[in-house]
Amino acid sequence: MTRMVETTYRDALREGLREALRTDERVFLMGEDVGSYGGCFAVSLGLLEEFGPDRIRDTPLSESAFVGAGIGAAIQGMRPIVEVMTVNFSLLALDQIMNNAASLLHMSGGQYAVPLVIRMTTGAGRQLAAQHSHSLEGWYAHIPGLRIVAPATLEDARGMLAGALADPDPVLLFEHGSLYTMKGQLAEDAGAVDIDHAAVRRPGTDVTLIAYGGMLGRALDAAEALDADGLSAEVVDLRTLRPLDDATVLESVRRTHRVVVVDEGWRSGSLSAEIVARIQEQAFYDLDAPVERVCSAEVPMPYARHLEQAALPQVEDVVAAAHRTKG
Amino acid sequence: MTTDPLDLLATMLLVRRFEERCAELYSGGQIRGFLHLYVGEEAVAAGVCSALGEDDSVVSTYREHGHALARGAEPEALMAEMFGKVTGCSRGRGGSMHLFDRSLRFVGGNAVVGGGLPLAVGLALGDALQHRPGVTACFFGDGAMAEGEFHESLNLAVLWRLPVLFCCENNRYAMGTAISKEHGRTELALRAASYGAAAWPVDGMDAVAVAEAAEQAVAEIRGGGGPVFLELQTYRFRAHSMYDPDRYRAKDEIAHWRERDPIELLGQRLRADGRLTDETLARMDEEVMARITAAVDQAAGEPDEPVTDLTRFVYSDGSTAAVAGGPR
Repeated sequence: MTRMVETTYRDALREGLREALRTDERVFLMGEDVGSYGGCFAVSLGLLEEFGPDRIRDTPLSESAFVGAGIGAAIQGMRPIVEVMTVNFSLLALDQIMNNAASLLHMSGGQYAVPLVIRMTTGAGRQLAAQHSHSLEGWYAHIPGLRIVAPATLEDARGMLAGALADPDPVLLFEHGSLYTMKGQLAEDAGAVDIDHAAVRRPGTDVTLIAYGGMLGRALDAAEALDADGLSAEVVDLRTLRPLDDATVLESVRRTHRVVVVDEGWRSGSLSAEIVARIQEQAFYDLDAPVERVCSAEVPMPYARHLEQAALPQVEDVVAAAHRTKG
Repeated sequence: MTTDPLDLLATMLLVRRFEERCAELYSGGQIRGFLHLYVGEEAVAAGVCSALGEDDSVVSTYREHGHALARGAEPEALMAEMFGKVTGCSRGRGGSMHLFDRSLRFVGGNAVVGGGLPLAVGLALGDALQHRPGVTACFFGDGAMAEGEFHESLNLAVLWRLPVLFCCENNRYAMGTAISKEHGRTELALRAASYGAAAWPVDGMDAVAVAEAAEQAVAEIRGGGGPVFLELQTYRFRAHSMYDPDRYRAKDEIAHWRERDPIELLGQRLRADGRLTDETLARMDEEVMARITAAVDQAAGEPDEPVTDLTRFVYSDGSTAAVAGGPR
């Protein structure tokens, strides 16, 4: 039987990085403060000492240049992992992500693939206010040519990087800032996981709660609370936000006939809107109630704790939405 | 200089005639989209590319026909791309602004001003990390020097001593905005030098001067000296694009620069050296024209990409040819 070890989301991410660096000499990590500082969120702590400055490269504060440098190095046969501190900062590199990484393969008629992985922190909950807290992965999920993944569990924190590096096309990996300290048991031999499919994290029969990243925990907590109310909730973790795994979502919807989408992103023009649209396009007659959404309030994220929490989807919001689907 | 000036002349002539034909085709509605002509600036592409070898990479802009041809791209594949054909160098997905040729390490035209610079730094990083000898030449205009991506890229290339040849084509206009209205300091090479790169201005109308400067720069870069910045002072004789009525330039300014037409300049020099006669030039021209006419005829008759393949190449489809280094 596999031995389980206690670990954290942060340590699991680091183990994923370490394995990649050990097993593929083409892999290197670059970004702001990934080396001497140990990573803004300590994910790469110790890797500089283990792998040296050529493979753990501190960069200037030049998001566009170092993301572009990752694209170019990938084209030359390397397998770069670029770390951007937060999704808000990634907007400084949006030109490179959108106009080069996502477009080069198609624009070149299939000549230049970009096997690049970009990791960044997303999400709120740490009182970091409006320029460090947003959930913009849904924006990136809009862009053809990219794959978007969001680990919400220790297994995925440990294993999604390997899947991303094996992908010949650019992958953006979103680490939720509030999950770094999440503790739990992980198999000692945990490794690569698939990055194609959503996962049912909790089976249920009465309502499907769809979440990903930082909201998975809220959805699972809501499911527990609903259980006490006599409502059996199934929880689907999207895991990969582009391409979306419609099949897993729709199978669940066809079992439960009721759906709540929980998304830390804003509601308007959002990933949650896309999911709802796909459900109504493909499973309209399986629904017993309108699909509910629980999203962040449409404000730039405020600093004060009570305001920030009021802006974020809460367990009780999810519970209430699930009850509404029962009429 | 190791390049034969006659080869520079031949390259410039090919670029000039190719583009003149493109302008005609555009006016006739046979090619569409944006068309940015390089006429007047040919010495830059011809000179720089003459200094590059097969291990080197090139990143270009939306005004890239000259760079692609000087790098050795087949005019037939470029013309087919102009026509949007499946046989085009980007299978009809790029058009005039996005020409690619992997076999030549020609990593495309980037149509976002400054956007090619970070990519070029990365290509150089990839070469350096794999201990390969390649130099990446990156073309951009004076306008790009106002973009943050320029400053980020030059700083990073100097910091990491990367083998990048920064080729600033200073044609004195960022689209319609004169250099005096876009930069507080217009000595572009001086500004680049302030980052720690070797940098100097070059007469960009003189193909031989460009080739000599590029050879020197490439030698310095290959010697491990880090990036070099060349300010190639040039001028485009035609408007920014086919849509541009060219209201912002004085006619006598254009006429003044036309007196230093790079093809005429080099032709005169070669004649004076006894290396070129009117007959040889006429024959070169005829051959170029014949090849371009054949390329146009061929492109017009070639097939379109089937619409069923519209979404090909959004993601890799299992062919690893596009993925350097292959799968993990």
